[in-house]
Amino acid sequence: MKHDSPPSIAARRSALGVALLAGLGPSAWAQLKTGENPEANPIWQKVRANLFQSRPIIAAAADMLSLDAPVRADDAAVVPIAIRTRAPQTGGKRIDKVYLVIDNNPSPISAIFQFTPLAGRADIETRVRIDEYTHVRAIAETSDGQLLMATRFLKAAGGCSAPPGKDAQAALATLGRMKFRVETDPAADPKGDRPVLAQLMISHPNNSGLAMDQVSRLFTPAHFVRQLRVTYGGELVMSADVDFSISENPNFRFYFLPKGGGELKAEVIDSNDLKFETALSYRRPD
Amino acid sequence: MASVASVVVKVALSGLIACACACAKAATTTETETFRVDEIKPGVFVHLGAIEDWEPANGGDVANLGFVVGRRCVAVIDTGGTPAIGQALRAAIERATPLPICYVILTHAHPDHLLGSVAFVAPNRAQPASASLPATTPVPVFVASARYPRTLTARAPFYLNALKRDFGIALTPADIVYPSVTVDKTLTLDLGDRTLTLQAWPTAHTDNDLTVYDTLTRTLFASDLLFVSHLPALDGSLRGWLGVMADLRRLDVASVVPGHGAVGNDWPVTMNAQAAYLNGLLGDTRAAVRAPLTIQQAIDRIPVGGPANWRLTDRFHRRNVTSAFVELEWEDEPPPTAGAAPAKAAAQSPPSPSSRGTSAVPTRSDRTP
Repeated sequence: MKHDSPPSIAARRSALGVALLAGLGPSAWAQLKTGENPEANPIWQKVRANLFQSRPIIAAAADMLSLDAPVRADDAAVVPIAIRTRAPQTGGKRIDKVYLVIDNNPSPISAIFQFTPLAGRADIETRVRIDEYTHVRAIAETSDGQLLMATRFLKAAGGCSAPPGKDAQAALATLGRMKFRVETDPAADPKGDRPVLAQLMISHPNNSGLAMDQVSRLFTPAHFVRQLRVTYGGELVMSADVDFSISENPNFRFYFLPKGGGELKAEVIDSNDLKFETALSYRRPD
Repeated sequence: MASVASVVVKVALSGLIACACACAKAATTTETETFRVDEIKPGVFVHLGAIEDWEPANGGDVANLGFVVGRRCVAVIDTGGTPAIGQALRAAIERATPLPICYVILTHAHPDHLLGSVAFVAPNRAQPASASLPATTPVPVFVASARYPRTLTARAPFYLNALKRDFGIALTPADIVYPSVTVDKTLTLDLGDRTLTLQAWPTAHTDNDLTVYDTLTRTLFASDLLFVSHLPALDGSLRGWLGVMADLRRLDVASVVPGHGAVGNDWPVTMNAQAAYLNGLLGDTRAAVRAPLTIQQAIDRIPVGGPANWRLTDRFHRRNVTSAFVELEWEDEPPPTAGAAPAKAAAQSPPSPSSRGTSAVPTRSDRTP
């Protein structure tokens, strides 16, 4: 199956420049506290122009697209996010891409997910870092070019520059280790034709490059998972271009449609071009 | 670890020490309008913070602070959640004793404990001329765990943002004070006929917890390794914290000053409620990981355990579950999923040897309780 490769987040990040809060004026600080007027954020306006130019973006009805996130994040370094779509991934109109934007993070474009019909559902759950009080946006692009957006305001701070993990050496020792599993719920799938949920865990520090080593006075180099590709029976299910807004030890939950039996395979590439892969064979229980 | 045992200090009871409990009951209390300091033992002073979250409504005054007066000089233990609190603490010290401040000890890099530090940068008052007292440095020496500077460096910009956003207080990065002396394992400070033993611990409440033990009165400043009434807040390692608590139990402690909550005189019983909560969190989260629940389901479902009537559960319990979950989900392999064969994992391009050459220093979290 031929599929366009996702746009490079790194290229977009350098085009945007790194979003810094230092230059905010008093009104921006007030906006930061309350989350009023989500369209007014100049960072979002730049991201929007960069990703979508002047295309219209429709506020998504809850039965089309929802973004689940806690209002006050319990831990800024690990904020669970769930993007749920209701449109079926088969037939005519489906969701091709989902963009995850975190306005006030150092690199606002946090992830771009691409789904094929084999995904069954264009849903994704992951965990992100939140650097400052911010709007978080999920923007879905349909196969006929429509843009739908769900927005949430989230109170949390400090997630990106928190020292990754508790022990950098231990984190390196397990770098690239993965856990991959399929979750089946027969009660929710009486006919055996529903998309099946899979979870991929990747042991990786996902360094933002923003935490300084006090001894060396150097910043820990950025080192993060940048690309994910999942296939089933050799055919693409979903791919993702991701950034260090994703929490340490990246975790993704997504769907796939197991037709017959086959190998579910995940390939991961990080910013140092290290490649990791894991696979499991899966056949839907009869 | 051998270093853990080294802080178990046995003290022969002198007349002075025997008097300690009685003296504490007759403790002098210094109270100003808003900033109260109690002398809980001779020369050991404590300011109890509100059992609340660090926020403008309480002026950020939520951490317990203290100071210990020797014959030569004073050591300060934590400086409070804003510069104003640091100033109030310094004023209280100057009312209590004419002696200079020689050390400012910072127990860990959380904002409610350290943002008053800037108030202690200024030189001490001119010392009274006395040939009998050895000289002290003109400015206090700041002391913290060896892992404190790295953590504070990463987090300080966010503390400054929060101070500005929530408290309307503008500080600059230069107002964040870093220690000039750091503690790898233990360090003894001499205040003049009185020594404090400082101990840095493996990752527990945070990755840079430091306790302070006053040998003379067997008083332990436990830092945030101990919460009383205030729900414990996990920002380090759950298994590590439980391991450190097992070591703390063996210390010879007459009085303990927790990081938050009332002073305790029944060691180690004072720690039991926290142990029950953290053990409950460990068991419940481990069960959730194995169920398997998602992290959000675990956050939504795991109840607050332990026998005590904790305060601030709404602020900290869900966060604790989050931290515990990401720690425990890598603990071991889950049972195979029905219909799925065991995963095979292979790194096509393994990390370069240089990146994995140094083995990690073992920590308490390596233990499986």
